[in-house]
Amino acid sequence: MLDRMFSAEALEEALWILKNEFPLALWETFYVTVLATLFAIILGMPLGVLLVTGEKGGVRPLPAWLMQVLNVVINLLRSVPFLILMILVFPLTRLIVGTTVGTVASIVPLVIAAFPFVARLIEGSLREVNPNIIEAAQSMGASPFQIVWKVMIPESVPSLISNVTIAVTTVLGYSAMSGIIGGGGLGKIAINYGYYRYKYLVMLMAVILLILLVQVFQSLGTYLSVHSDKRIRNRKK
Amino acid sequence: MIEIQNLTKTFSVVGEDGKQETFDALKNVSLTVGDGEIYGIIGMSGAGKSTLVRCINMLERPTEGKVLIDGTDMGSLSEKELRQMRRSITMIFQGFNLLMQRTCLDNICFPLELSGVKRTEAVRRASELLETVGLPDKAKAYPAQLSGGQQQRIAIARALATQPKVLLCDEATSALDPNTTHAILELIRDINKKLGITVIIITHQMSVVEEVCSHVAILDHGCVVETGEVAEVFSAPKSDAARRLVFPDADKSPMEAEIPGGIPAAGNPDDIPVRLVFDGSHTTDRAMITQMAIDTGIAVNILYASTRCIGDKVFGNMLLGIPGGMEAVERVKAYFADDPQIMIEPAAKEDRADA
Ligand SMILES: Nc1ncnc2c1ncn2[C@@H]1O[C@H](COP(=O)(O)OP(=O)(O)OP(=O)(O)O)[C@@H](O)[C@H]1O
Ligand SMILES: [Mg+2]
Repeated sequence: MLDRMFSAEALEEALWILKNEFPLALWETFYVTVLATLFAIILGMPLGVLLVTGEKGGVRPLPAWLMQVLNVVINLLRSVPFLILMILVFPLTRLIVGTTVGTVASIVPLVIAAFPFVARLIEGSLREVNPNIIEAAQSMGASPFQIVWKVMIPESVPSLISNVTIAVTTVLGYSAMSGIIGGGGLGKIAINYGYYRYKYLVMLMAVILLILLVQVFQSLGTYLSVHSDKRIRNRKK
Repeated sequence: MIEIQNLTKTFSVVGEDGKQETFDALKNVSLTVGDGEIYGIIGMSGAGKSTLVRCINMLERPTEGKVLIDGTDMGSLSEKELRQMRRSITMIFQGFNLLMQRTCLDNICFPLELSGVKRTEAVRRASELLETVGLPDKAKAYPAQLSGGQQQRIAIARALATQPKVLLCDEATSALDPNTTHAILELIRDINKKLGITVIIITHQMSVVEEVCSHVAILDHGCVVETGEVAEVFSAPKSDAARRLVFPDADKSPMEAEIPGGIPAAGNPDDIPVRLVFDGSHTTDRAMITQMAIDTGIAVNILYASTRCIGDKVFGNMLLGIPGGMEAVERVKAYFADDPQIMIEPAAKEDRADA
C-alpha cells in the first residue's frame, strides 16, 4: 500500500491537485475559520463578560437563576460532539443561510460550537484581572460598564489575544470536519480524496497544510499577545 | 468633616464545622475626623482597618450605623450619587493598584476619563500632577517599569486628579522600605498642607502615625479602644491594645527585650555589661547617663541603646559597660535606685558578640 501511496503517478496526481484545488481550499478554510471565530467572539464576548460580572460579588450581579441558566446552556452546547451539532443545527442553518450544504452553510454550526467555548475562554481571561485594580476603579466612581470597558477588557488584552488564538486553532480543526456536510476547504479535500478515493498522499498534504495553518495562527497569536503586554519590563526589541 | 456613627459590619463566614456563622469585623465604631486633619487609624492585622476604610466610601456596606461626610449620609445615596461622591473621596492602596496596561499619564487621566473630562484637559491636569508628585519624566512609562515608591506616587497623583476632599490611604506605605515610606509620607503631608485635603491613614506601623498624623484611633478586634491626639495617646496609652502597639515587646517583661545581634563588642573587654531598662521614667533636660558618670566618677561606656521618647517619658533599654568591677556596678545601681521606672540588671558577659 505504501509503495502505491508514494509512487510516481500518485505524486504527479497529488501535485496536480495541489496546484489546481489547494489554493481555493486553503482560502475557504481561512475565511471560514476567521469568520466563524469572529461571529463566535461577537456572541461569546458579552456572554463571557456576563459570566464574570453577573456572579455574586461581581461588579453587576445578576439573579442567581439567570446565571444558572447561562452556565447550563453553555455546558450543554459544549458537551455536544461537533459532528452531531452540525446535524442538529440544520434547521437554524437553513433559516440563516437558506441551505444546509456548502462552505458558507458550514459557518453556522461552527459558530454555534465555538461561541460557548469562546465565552468560557473570555471568562477565564477576565477573571485573571487583579480584583484590587477593579476595586480601585470602583473607589474612583467607575460604573459597571466603565469597569468592563475601561478596566477588565484592556487589562486582560494579552490573555484575551492568546485565548482567541486557542479559539481560532480549535475552529480550524472543526472546520476540517465540516467537509462531511459539504463544507469546502482543506477538510473536504482530505475527506474526498483520502477517505473516499484512497489517495492518501493528497490527504497527507491537506493535513500538513492544516498543521502549517495552525502554526501560523499560533505564532501570530503568541507574538501579538506578548507584544501587547505592558507588564513585561525588559523586552528585547 | 467625616463622622462615623456606631458602625457595625458583620460578615457571614463558613465556620470550622462548615456551618454559616456571623463575624463582626467592626463593632459599634464611632469616630469624627475634622477637615484638613491627618487622621491615623492603627491596629494589628485583622483588627478591621481595611473594612472600616472601605465602609467610608461604601465599597463595603455597613451592617449598621452611618457614615456622614460633610453631613451627607453615604448609605442613603443612590448608586449614581455614590459614584459621583467617590470622586471627592479617593483612595490609595498597599498594592498601588495601577492599571498595568496603561502608561502613567493615562493612569492619572483614568478618573478624569470616568467623569467625562475632555482628553486635552485631562492630559494637562495629569501632567501637572506628575509634576506635583515629582515624576514629570515618567509620563510615557508603564507601571511595571517603576519602583514601588514611584508607583505609589503615580497612584497618589491619580487619586488627586478629581480634586478630592478626602484621601483614604489603606496601608499605603506597608510595601515600601523605610526611606521610601518616609518620602511618601512627606508627600502626603505636603499635599495635606497645600491642598487642605483631609487624609485618613490606615496602618499597622506606629512610626507612620508618629511621623504624619495629628490624631489617631486605635482599633482592636473591631472596636475603637482609644482616640485622641497622637502625642497624648502614645505618651499615656490607656488600653492594652495601645500599649501593645507602643511597646511591641510588652508581652515580655522589658527586662527580657532582646538586643539584636547580642551584646556588641565595643568597649573595654574588662567592663561589666549592665542592662538599663526605662519603663516610662521622666526625661530631664540633663543627659541622664552623662550626669551619672559625672556624679559617680565612673566612666561608663554606652554599648547599645534603644530608647524611645514619648511625650516626656523614656521607654526602651540601654546597655552600659561599667569599668571598675562589681563595686562600681553597685554604685551605679544605687545612683538610679530612687527612680522606680529604671531597672538595672547585669547582662550576661557570654552574650557579648565577640565571645
Ligand atoms: N468579605 C469578607 N468576608 C468575611 N470576612 C471578612 C471579609 N473581609 C474581611 N473579613 C474579616 O474581617 C476582619 C478584618 O479584616 P480587615 O481586612 O479589615 O483587617 P485589617 O485590619 O485591614 O488587617 P490587615 O492589617 O491584615 O490588612 C478579618 O478577620 C477578616 O477575616
Ligand atoms: Mg487591611
